[in-house]
Amino acid sequence: MNSLTKTAALVGTDAVAEAMRQINPDVVAAYPITPQTAIVETFSQMVADGLVKTHMIAVESEHSAMSATIGAASCGIRAMTCTSSQGLALMWELLYIASGLRLPIVMPNVNRSLSAPINIHCDHGDSMGARDSGWIQLFSENAQEAYDNTIQAIRIAEHPDVQLPVMVLMDGFIISHSIDRLDIQDDASVQNFIGTRNPTYSLLDAQSPVSVGTFDSLYGYFFEFKRQQEEGMSNALKVIQEVGKEFGSLFGRPYGLFETVGMEDAEYAVVATSSAAGTIRTEVERLRSKGIPIGMVKLRSFRPFPAVQLAKLLSGLKAVAVFDRSNTFAGNIGGPIFIELRSSLYELEKRPRIINYVFGLGGRDLSVELVKKAVSRLIDIKPNEIIQQNVYYLGLRE
Amino acid sequence: MSTKLKDLAKKPQILSGGHRLCAGCGAPIAVRQVLMGVPDDVKIVVACPTGCLEVSTTIYPYTSWNCSYIHCAFENAAATLSGVETAYRSCKEQGKIKEEYRFIAFGGDGGTYDIGLQSLSGALERGHRLIYVCYNNEAYMNTGIQRSGATIKGTWTTTSPFGNNSYGKKENQKNLTAIAAAHNIPYVAQGSISHWKDLVRKAKKAFATDGPVFLNVLTPCHRGWRFPMEKTVEIAKLAVQTCMWPLYEVENGKWNLTVKVRDKKPIEEYLKPQGRFAHLFKKSPEVLAAIQENIDREWEKLLHLCGEK
Ligand SMILES: Cc1ncc(C[n+]2csc(CCOP(=O)(O)OP(=O)(O)O)c2C)c(N)n1
Ligand code: SF4
Ligand SMILES: [Mg+2]
Repeated sequence: MNSLTKTAALVGTDAVAEAMRQINPDVVAAYPITPQTAIVETFSQMVADGLVKTHMIAVESEHSAMSATIGAASCGIRAMTCTSSQGLALMWELLYIASGLRLPIVMPNVNRSLSAPINIHCDHGDSMGARDSGWIQLFSENAQEAYDNTIQAIRIAEHPDVQLPVMVLMDGFIISHSIDRLDIQDDASVQNFIGTRNPTYSLLDAQSPVSVGTFDSLYGYFFEFKRQQEEGMSNALKVIQEVGKEFGSLFGRPYGLFETVGMEDAEYAVVATSSAAGTIRTEVERLRSKGIPIGMVKLRSFRPFPAVQLAKLLSGLKAVAVFDRSNTFAGNIGGPIFIELRSSLYELEKRPRIINYVFGLGGRDLSVELVKKAVSRLIDIKPNEIIQQNVYYLGLRE
Repeated sequence: MSTKLKDLAKKPQILSGGHRLCAGCGAPIAVRQVLMGVPDDVKIVVACPTGCLEVSTTIYPYTSWNCSYIHCAFENAAATLSGVETAYRSCKEQGKIKEEYRFIAFGGDGGTYDIGLQSLSGALERGHRLIYVCYNNEAYMNTGIQRSGATIKGTWTTTSPFGNNSYGKKENQKNLTAIAAAHNIPYVAQGSISHWKDLVRKAKKAFATDGPVFLNVLTPCHRGWRFPMEKTVEIAKLAVQTCMWPLYEVENGKWNLTVKVRDKKPIEEYLKPQGRFAHLFKKSPEVLAAIQENIDREWEKLLHLCGEK
């Protein structure tokens, strides 16, 4: 298959809307919220212009957006929604229902802080709040990745070994509202890549009606269901890589669970996600050119968390710094990526020292100067040094 | 299709026996009467919010539903079903299914009057072709008899108990049927399980309506209302005869009284047999008068709306 690539300049929200147009879902139910609004608006226009076959439900809330999406997806068709921040928080109980029902719903979420105080700018507090909801969560560094992830998410979600919903994450404003250069594949290649959904069950199967969302209590199978859900999430580790590889071979942009810079010979590493990875990469590359053995890991898949793969990669390093754009409010034990990663490294014989930078809450800018400050502390860590302070707040006015 | 009892009795049961609702529960009676209205040649998908009907009819790995069924959460049956209905229209348009489907939700008063009101209002406003049936037992029964927006003044519930400083629920119930009618949808009606012919006729209209339908059906719950379980239908009948629960419909904006009550019985006849009102008779007779006043006022209003006065 030969794929035609078109270069475009789009803001992140339009890149996602374009992916949605090419996916051409049967049903989309969505509700506007800054900074996601433009996705809903652009996609509504696509529906109005007859560019997609999608039936759009302009619901009265995100709670209903996810409810309607669950109802539609239970009919064995492709159903999508998208949201951000308070909208995601309002969906909370339904996120668990979507994953518990094993519905392959794909939902772009434009990362924005959660109130209070109300603040419309980027941090990852919203999607981190849903980190244990059974959704696959893929971070995107830029508009290109948001576009690519949205397309791949369909395949990952619908894979028979996975059957779980996927959240495609992109940074509010920094990505959603910035014009970026990206490659768009032609419609036919995207359609070929995603194929058609082959559901196990459908409410609209007249030959075999089905009861969805039944009651399961003390003597039922709840525990077994939940164990199977974990199995689906573990399987996703493999599927994400397979799909990313196939995507790469077709379109020239391969994807895995994470991406690395200079990790072959690194003694120090920075672990980062999303748009911040761009800023951090600049600094890491500058230091490498000066001969400092530092590398970077850009985490793409936060759920499932590639614990084993990361432990293997980071084993034997002197020190690792984790950048978290959200906090856990657990008594100063660090951000969620830090906590997961530190736990992943526990079994290693050659465990690196590890520190955490919580940064960028409520859209606070991450400048190269701040990254420099953080990295200089990192490369200053001595082997076997007893770390007194693990968690730093980068860019905080203190 | 006729509404003759001997014909209706031949219709296949969509809600089968063996469910775990209490013997004498009003809810399955309402479900069966409404589903008598399903045209012979159509399939249905049922949605239930969380509540007595839901937990008792789908205990995994069993189901009492001889049709497709979905339960999502407590406050969103209307939104969930609107997604199902939209998926159906999409499949129909793409030629993926041939069968004709109708979509019907059965929600308790808690899941409809209170926590699910927004979701219901949204679905009605958006014009989906779906039927939302509230089986109204005037409290949250599944969680153990708590007051809802449908609970009438003076009622004892576990969250509107009577005591030295309380005669039970202080507020009148809200008029959800009128709220639904205010959405200017094609068909809204109130029914009672005691008047099966009236309800089946309304259900048939509902299934024939190309747009949203709201049916509010009184379904006494002997556990919460405190009366002997064999009296369920009798109690429902008294609610109609006292004009506590008038039977009417609003068809394309036109209000129509479907069961005319010539000699309105005093409300005591309805309240007396129910333990949930016993305290009023002992301690708060003035509340009985207030309940009667509210009924009289609402009934007069309804007679005017229906052109009976
Ligand atoms: C968001 C949420 N809040 C509360 C509950 C607990 N809950 C389950 S059923 C129910 C009451 C149901 O009452 P109603 O809708 O009147 O139905 P009934 O049980 O009376 O038939 C409640 C409060 C829930 N499941 N979800
Ligand atoms: S508690 Fe009431 S509503 Fe619930 S099943 Fe029993 S009789 Fe029916
Ligand atoms: Mg109730």
